[in-house]
Amino acid sequence: MRLERNRNTVTVYLEGEMDHCSAQQIRRMLDQSIQESDIKNMVLDMREMSFMDSSGIGVILGRYKVLRSRGGKLTVRNMNRQVEKVFKLSGMDQIIDIE
Amino acid sequence: METVNSMKITFLSVPENESFARVAVSAFAVQLNPTLDILADIKTAVSEAVTNAIVHGYRDGQGMVEVEAALSRDGILYLTVSDEGCGICDIEQAMQPFFTTQPEKERSGMGFSVMQTFMDKVEVQSQKGKGTRVTMEKKLTVA
Repeated sequence: MRLERNRNTVTVYLEGEMDHCSAQQIRRMLDQSIQESDIKNMVLDMREMSFMDSSGIGVILGRYKVLRSRGGKLTVRNMNRQVEKVFKLSGMDQIIDIE
Repeated sequence: METVNSMKITFLSVPENESFARVAVSAFAVQLNPTLDILADIKTAVSEAVTNAIVHGYRDGQGMVEVEAALSRDGILYLTVSDEGCGICDIEQAMQPFFTTQPEKERSGMGFSVMQTFMDKVEVQSQKGKGTRVTMEKKLTVA
């Protein structure tokens, strides 16, 4: 996972697979990047994320709620077809911006 | 159904085996040359069923998860994921979108919805205290 910061926005480049096994570590790292500074907005770049199941929905929705409570927003970009299918099935595309 | 090939794997209910299970089933199914999208659907459904067995079936304990797959001559993958865990009290409720018994762990409650969307057929049998068996079907060849 690689991070890039620009003012109050952090872009997180996710890699590999997001399932129940990896979700906890990804959740911890995302929360750390939000809490360690005055980050308001987060962009999740999923170009290098090859797989996501419904455990990923929980991780993304959880971070969406955290950022929204701080007056910020979450954006997702570069999903592959499998990840996008899971994302849209959950209805997250109705509340989270896709770049 | 006329079976042309079948396989069965059994593994411990640890999260590291979620990716093992989906890769194993995907590798088995690939012999019928399904599209990448169909393979991705199967991997996702297997991941959900195995995660349910680990997270809900065995909860804080451990047990064995069994995955069986069979290919029929007419190009259908028959898949069964079963555990001998605590079972599901109310299957209908458990299959409702966003229903979860673990909201504090950010479980989305979308596992069965994903299985139903990504596979052609999903059936769940469960007995309290005896375990759960999820049976799924997916047509692998595009007509």
